[in-house]
Amino acid sequence: MKALVWHGKEDIRCDTVSDPEIEHARDAIIKVTSCAICGSDLHLFHNYIPAMMPGDIMGHETMGEVVEVGSGVNGKLKKGDRIVVPFTIICGECDQCKRGNFSVCETTNRNKHMAEKVFGHTTAGLFGYTHLTGGYPGGQAEYLRVPYADATHIKVPDGMSDEQALFLSDIFPTGWQAAAQCDIEPDDTVAVWGCGPVGQMAIRSAILLGAKQVIAIDRIPERLAMAEAGGAITIDFDKESVVSRLNELTDNKGPEKCIDCVGFESHISMAQPDSVLDRAKQMFMLENDRPHVLREIIYVCRPGGIVSIPGVYSGLSDMVPMGALMNKGLTIRTGQTHVNRWTDELKQRIEDGQIDPSFVITHTVPLAQGPEMYRAFRDKQDSCVKVVLKP
Amino acid sequence: MFHFSNLVRSKGDPKIISTGPSSLTSADRLARGLGWFSIALGTLELLAPHRVTNALGMHGREGLVRTYGLRELFAGVMTLSVEKRAGLMSRMAGDGLDMVTLAGELRPSNPRAGTVLAALVMVGGITALDYMCAQDLKAQHDPRRGRKRLYTDRSGFPKGITAAKGAALPKPTRTAAT
Repeated sequence: MKALVWHGKEDIRCDTVSDPEIEHARDAIIKVTSCAICGSDLHLFHNYIPAMMPGDIMGHETMGEVVEVGSGVNGKLKKGDRIVVPFTIICGECDQCKRGNFSVCETTNRNKHMAEKVFGHTTAGLFGYTHLTGGYPGGQAEYLRVPYADATHIKVPDGMSDEQALFLSDIFPTGWQAAAQCDIEPDDTVAVWGCGPVGQMAIRSAILLGAKQVIAIDRIPERLAMAEAGGAITIDFDKESVVSRLNELTDNKGPEKCIDCVGFESHISMAQPDSVLDRAKQMFMLENDRPHVLREIIYVCRPGGIVSIPGVYSGLSDMVPMGALMNKGLTIRTGQTHVNRWTDELKQRIEDGQIDPSFVITHTVPLAQGPEMYRAFRDKQDSCVKVVLKP
Repeated sequence: MFHFSNLVRSKGDPKIISTGPSSLTSADRLARGLGWFSIALGTLELLAPHRVTNALGMHGREGLVRTYGLRELFAGVMTLSVEKRAGLMSRMAGDGLDMVTLAGELRPSNPRAGTVLAALVMVGGITALDYMCAQDLKAQHDPRRGRKRLYTDRSGFPKGITAAKGAALPKPTRTAAT
């Protein structure tokens, strides 16, 4: 089969690989009908996330049709079922899964020993990500083996298109969780840093959850325009001061709820000297992350507010203003998304016509064009916001 | 074709049979080559400066060559990073410094003047390569490439924004009229 394979920094290739096989009784194999490139795939593209290996198949936003089922799936899936595959692999049985903390499932990471050394305790296995999270082959391929398939799936209702359902795998629940964990109240201002796909979903989620105003921060015109179309007031940080404008929009109080949809690869600019210093340190392995956005959020957030971080951070971040964080009494909520905690509800919202996540798709191309689309998405060429690949 | 990474894959995981075209552009590959060249030259200058000074008749300037080696290593690391253009710019600035230093050694009393001239020509050629590579990278990774579109019609709310505002909030429960 064809698959997008990581060969090293900025080197993704559309390779011919062997087909996946059922390995355990709870596995299933799907024929992929749609998959997408996620912003966090770019962290792997840039080789910032440790423990990638040449030959790893990319992709964690995938859906398709079940073509083979292991003996232990126990009737939860059958051939022909259309499913979306959540990017977090879950057993559904461990203590964390029972609590709904699916992204920290205690069972599915097959490289637990590595995760325990790096994180202290294991987190869930993830598709198409680092070997720290199991090194499972990803879904930017013609076929995908889904481990623990009896729990790791979202059935697609009849009548729902691939484009509407696909983002239940990651970006829609990720944006939703980012907003939901802000405990939004009707008089809240929610500020969202980063108008990439997750930022766009967080903006719409905050609107649905009843925020008084939603403010979107970015520098790419088409992303800001898309954010505005979704009901946000926009701030172009290349043209105006984020802190001043946010204070102006909130009677100098600061936004109550702040969402960091940027993560550790914040934009590098001489106008943000800390980002230049971070990049220099990152280059010489003196720091993993560029937490400019996190610093700005902690500075501008209203005292007593909530900081939600769906953006990916990889390791060690320097100069995070702990004094401001502590003295202002801010609450930080973060984590990889507990996808299955939200999907039944979100599926219903799509069916009810409250939201149609397909709005974010700007490019649909064959899988073979994946390598060039990684470049286009990274370089933000051709007004690229979200790429869907069709195997 | 044999791929080492196939050895560590588990039984059911796909293994590479043959590789396809890469996302790396020709300019990316050239930049990578120049980055490694910087690392090699920088290491030589840092660890064996006397070899360089002997070859160029620059005896007694080993300290300067070591400093240049360090500079070359920094430029190499930057050129191998995602910010390749910044690395190439830094390499070009370094090339300029190298050329000024070499030009100063082109004195008639230097028995190695011929080697210095050859080195000057070589540095000039590599500077041209750095420049071309930086220009190619700029063109290939230019965010202005492709169509420009604004997505002003993409609200994502089939029923409109007004209907969407607060739509996920629990509906107030009705109290029976008394």
